[in-house]
Amino acid sequence: MRHLKLMILSLVALLGSLSAHALEIEITEGVEGALPIAIVPFAYRGAGNPPTQDVAAIVTADLARSGRFKPLPLADMLARPSTPDAVDFRDWRAVNVENLVIGEIEPNGPRGYLVKFRLFDVFRGGQITGFSFPTTQNDLRSTAHRIADLIYEELIGERGAFDTRIAYITSVRDRQGRERVHLKISDADGYNPQTIVASDEPLMSPAWSPDGRRIAYVSFEKHRPSVWVQDVLTGKRERITSYKGINGAPAWSPDGRRLALTLSKDGNPDIYIFDLRRRSLRKLTHHWAIDTEPAWSPDGKSIVFTSDRGGTPQIYRVPVSGGEPERITFEGNYNARASWAPDGRYLTLVTRVNGNFRIGLLDMENGDLQVLSRGDLDESPSFAPNGSMIIYAGRDGGRGVLWAVSTDGRVRQRLATQVGDVREPAWSPYHQQ
Amino acid sequence: MNTKRLSWLAMVAAALLFAGCSSTGTREEGAAASDKAGAQVVEGGDAQTAGAAQGGGWQGNPLEDPNSLLSKRKVYFDFDKSNIKPEYVEVLRAHAEYLASHPLVKVTIEGHCDERGSREYNIGLGERRANAVKRFLEAEGVDPAQLNTISYGEERPEALGHNEAAWSKNRRAVLVY
Repeated sequence: MRHLKLMILSLVALLGSLSAHALEIEITEGVEGALPIAIVPFAYRGAGNPPTQDVAAIVTADLARSGRFKPLPLADMLARPSTPDAVDFRDWRAVNVENLVIGEIEPNGPRGYLVKFRLFDVFRGGQITGFSFPTTQNDLRSTAHRIADLIYEELIGERGAFDTRIAYITSVRDRQGRERVHLKISDADGYNPQTIVASDEPLMSPAWSPDGRRIAYVSFEKHRPSVWVQDVLTGKRERITSYKGINGAPAWSPDGRRLALTLSKDGNPDIYIFDLRRRSLRKLTHHWAIDTEPAWSPDGKSIVFTSDRGGTPQIYRVPVSGGEPERITFEGNYNARASWAPDGRYLTLVTRVNGNFRIGLLDMENGDLQVLSRGDLDESPSFAPNGSMIIYAGRDGGRGVLWAVSTDGRVRQRLATQVGDVREPAWSPYHQQ
Repeated sequence: MNTKRLSWLAMVAAALLFAGCSSTGTREEGAAASDKAGAQVVEGGDAQTAGAAQGGGWQGNPLEDPNSLLSKRKVYFDFDKSNIKPEYVEVLRAHAEYLASHPLVKVTIEGHCDERGSREYNIGLGERRANAVKRFLEAEGVDPAQLNTISYGEERPEALGHNEAAWSKNRRAVLVY
């Protein structure tokens, strides 16, 4: 375990130097029973300089981050094969590695590469799978994440979520104390951050469309809140609602055709459903209390939301077709900002425990509420598209940082920018192939 | 408004410091002035004194009068609460009276929260605070058309700390004329 931590830290140092403003990753808690695996540095088979990205290092960091794997440190490798005929399984059995990954990178046209990798079962002594990917220098990180996804799926039995992205808000204050707010997108490991909106006024509540092509968010530009939908690739955007009062908390329907959102145009915050094609609005909740933070179930049939209609903020569920909302959280005096797991059984939410705001996991089949985080101001939880992890915002040393925790609560990792506060992470859907 | 008040105070301070000197100029040079009072703070030239401003009654816009209740623009709340506490009634009545007698004046009431709890819920809570102030002013006779509200939730803190001292400053409604 200590080796793993050291190796990850040196990886962070290495990769961090390549991309100074990326989010960083630290594994703060270990995991028992992680799969021992060795990922040998990929050999470069061309003239000239090898690519600047270390594909094997990126795969190693991904697998370690998931908490499901224990990668062998480079220094402990007895051999560094890159082709099948150079593999001697005894080298790997000797260090108790169960699976082995080797690979090669070849030039492939101008600025192109061909990345080949093979995954072996060390004890059975045979190849499990192998792929080759044509790619470019710019796409090498993404290719490495896809390799990690394939290894994860092969060995864990569920789809990997490494080749995905996160959206989040950052806030930086200048020396005069003026705030600059950015809506950014990065790879799921925090690298390649890109700003898609910058403002002097608050930006809030980014939400990915189910196809991952658009992001809905709230902007206070021109000193009033509006809900916008922006195309991620082109940056083109469209204002969806800008009614008097609150325009907030956009949430996509699973078919991407509708947005649930919060409006207070009738005097107090209620949940509405906006049809993006017909441009029509339907009021879903009708109560004098604060109704907000809608989240759509994966089957598209119901919506959960936060309401203080019972005196304190709690989570309620209502059919999308309308009807009487039913309260579904009963533990504690503050439960808010729920988000569905892809399987539709669990919700992640913000729950108040002894005065601390923490991330909870609610099993809707039996009502059990498990607390997954340890901070005092944790918020905005969002599931990875495979449901294996939850990303959320918290504080560390007074600064807003992002954390990711495995759904079983055993593995936690911190992501942080060098400057300013980071908040409101939203994990993207799967990459569209 | 704040800077105006500060420089005014500084002038008063400078005037007091130099009360025993023969100098007539009272322009002072920033925060360190009082430490170096004996040395060389005074420059000739500007001869306006603090006494004149202090002595006269306020002639300008009452909203600018630092001695008026109207200079108080903030109302603070308890956690997850939006009821107006008794200590703010007098200030809000003064604003209601001013607005009722100046029907062309408009004011925006901003609602704010501390950083605890979820962000969009806090937007709702901030709106509830702004509305509580709005309803109070309406009940005191202000035309609703003069009143606008906006909730910033926890997005625009006044104090940047992460403790009750900061939080209590951030749970507020602000009147912006």
